[in-house]
Amino acid sequence: MTAPTPALPAPAMAPAPTSVLEVRDLSVRYRPRGRVVHAVDSLSYSVPAGRTVAIIGESGSGKTASSRAIMGLLPRSAQVSGSAVLNGTELIGLGPKELRRHRGHDVAMIFQDPARSLNPTMRVGPQIAEAIRAHRPVGRAAARERVIELFRLVRLSAPEQRYSEYPHQFSGGMRQRVMIAMALSCSPRLLIADEATTALDVTTQAQIMRLLTGLQAQLGMAILMISHDLGLAASFADDVVVMYAGRAVERAPARELFGNVRMPYTSALLGAVPRLDRAAHTPLPVVGGRPPDLSAPPAGCPFAARCPRAAERCERERPELAEDEPGHAYACWYPLAGSAQAASEQPASAAAAAASASASEEER
Amino acid sequence: MTDPLLRVRDLVQEFTVRGQGGVRGGVLQAVAGVGLDIWPGETLSVVGETGSGKSTLARSIMQAPPPKSGEVVFQGVTLGTLRGAALRDARRSIQIIFQDPYTSLDPLWPVARIVAEPLIAAGVRDRGERRRRVGQLLEQVGLDLGLHGRRRARELSGGQCQRVAIARALAASPALIIADEAVSSLDVLVQAQVLNLLEGLRTSLGLSYLFIAHDLALVKQVSDRVAVMYLGRLCEVGPADEVYAHPRHPYTVELLDAVPRIEQDQRSGAARDRSADADVPAEAPSPVHPPSGCRFRTRCPRAQLKCAEETPLLAPGHGAGSGHLVACHFPIVAESGPKPEPSPAPGQRVPAKPGQPGKSGRPVTSTTASGSSK
Repeated sequence: MTAPTPALPAPAMAPAPTSVLEVRDLSVRYRPRGRVVHAVDSLSYSVPAGRTVAIIGESGSGKTASSRAIMGLLPRSAQVSGSAVLNGTELIGLGPKELRRHRGHDVAMIFQDPARSLNPTMRVGPQIAEAIRAHRPVGRAAARERVIELFRLVRLSAPEQRYSEYPHQFSGGMRQRVMIAMALSCSPRLLIADEATTALDVTTQAQIMRLLTGLQAQLGMAILMISHDLGLAASFADDVVVMYAGRAVERAPARELFGNVRMPYTSALLGAVPRLDRAAHTPLPVVGGRPPDLSAPPAGCPFAARCPRAAERCERERPELAEDEPGHAYACWYPLAGSAQAASEQPASAAAAAASASASEEER
Repeated sequence: MTDPLLRVRDLVQEFTVRGQGGVRGGVLQAVAGVGLDIWPGETLSVVGETGSGKSTLARSIMQAPPPKSGEVVFQGVTLGTLRGAALRDARRSIQIIFQDPYTSLDPLWPVARIVAEPLIAAGVRDRGERRRRVGQLLEQVGLDLGLHGRRRARELSGGQCQRVAIARALAASPALIIADEAVSSLDVLVQAQVLNLLEGLRTSLGLSYLFIAHDLALVKQVSDRVAVMYLGRLCEVGPADEVYAHPRHPYTVELLDAVPRIEQDQRSGAARDRSADADVPAEAPSPVHPPSGCRFRTRCPRAQLKCAEETPLLAPGHGAGSGHLVACHFPIVAESGPKPEPSPAPGQRVPAKPGQPGKSGRPVTSTTASGSSK
């Protein structure tokens, strides 16, 4: 799926082509009632052209705040610092007008709830035509043509008829296709999909994800996938960043990560993923507790209070995200034993899941 | 054998819908003749996608609103014959937990009041007694009256809200709890906690569950039996182990295939390879005008002419274990058996959606699915 993009002619075999998005030390802070909430804390990652990067985390881990900071969609009360370079342009600190120039053209976003992203009182086609005309100097007829072409691209049946229907006449999956069509209308180089399939059925989710990866190969765009679903990331992402309490705690290519989990938090997440091979009425491996209060982050590792492997050092000193093996970074003092690269992948993840299972049982 | 706790027979629920412009109404048969049993202490999961009628099924069982026809017998009482206070009393023993924890709790009420409400309805007059019960109930779901009792829904996390909803359900001392996508919107770690909580309560209180979900993987760990529902009808019912290991109905196979699998997909990149052929939106047909015969046939890779003409009924057979029923003319048989691969007579094939390619690869995928879940 990492097929060379049409936009990049020469180095087809280059492992890491130019980055579409380069995020460095991105931080987001809120100051409600005199406190300081560190929603995102020194997050760094890059999205190579034509590839899919998944940011995985629970609610409140800062995954959505970080992507909205890039798009300039956070409320004014949010303090954003650090750097996010999109196609050579620094986005952090841009004014609303300048940002608007980049949205759509360079980066577009699809959200979790397609029903709420569409105007219920307006026919679907004209909504997208309006978006196109806001960005490009095209006439009504040309915009309509383009919308119908986009509907075909996202494989909506009967696109001409769909053009003049209302959002309520669409199913959830079809609405999300409409949102994708709208996002693609100005051929962005980066598409941010913020929990884009979370509200959908599993079968529809699979269809939408396949559509997205198909379009990615066809159009050569990069995808930044924000999700809480590790299974989805395993299936569709090239690289994965796991976030916890506003920080990246593990970052690796998907294959490497799921074959060789090092950070106990990632392992706990993996252990809790609903799976088809789980026997009935066996307790799921569980880590107790909740993520720390982001207005008073602990001095040490943010996961220490819930971590089965935590020792005294974890509470005292905060581990930084460091690349231990090439391409695989994690923030942990006592990482899980990495399986030798040569070892088969399956036992490693099974062992990791088992480890977290037994560990959580001890905890209880 | 004892009687089932809940017995549902030929349940039909219909709604009148308005056509475009408010005229030309149609009748939407959301539940089209469903029968199922839930035995004491058992968990039955009903799985299907949005619009399959699984939530309507739950509400029809609760008589809210009463079904169009069919029979619901709960603890030996036919609910359809009850009215007013008698129905309310009978219904108290069935409690529902809904998907969205925030909207199913009153945002203005403190937790203690939310949990006390069913006790008041049940006639627990004494305040001290109520408070004691609320404390007990909150403790059962892992919350603390002193710590959480005075908070409101918005001050709680999603998982905590769902625990409050569970406590409220338990307050009525139910025999059956219907969990309508109760954990679907929670984070995986919280989801696991709540599923474990529900499992623990099942054994400690001897509850029965009707789990409603759209994801087969989600209910794998809690289910004794699974029923797969599509457009108002059951496609397949059976012991969970059987259904997951040897799915017979093509729709069950599709649902199993849609579950993202970490190990497999990583090893083979399977999900991404699959993306090549799966470019046709398999939208469910309109429930107002369901397909004739088998309702799944427009999406089914195995559909033939017979599927359009005859409605398949739930039946055992094809080497399936006892209690494993499937409503399909051409069910998938166990790997060892010969596959009744329909001889492709082009004229015979029921026209599927325009442009739908023959997905001949599907039965093969099905064997992988069943193989993997062992």
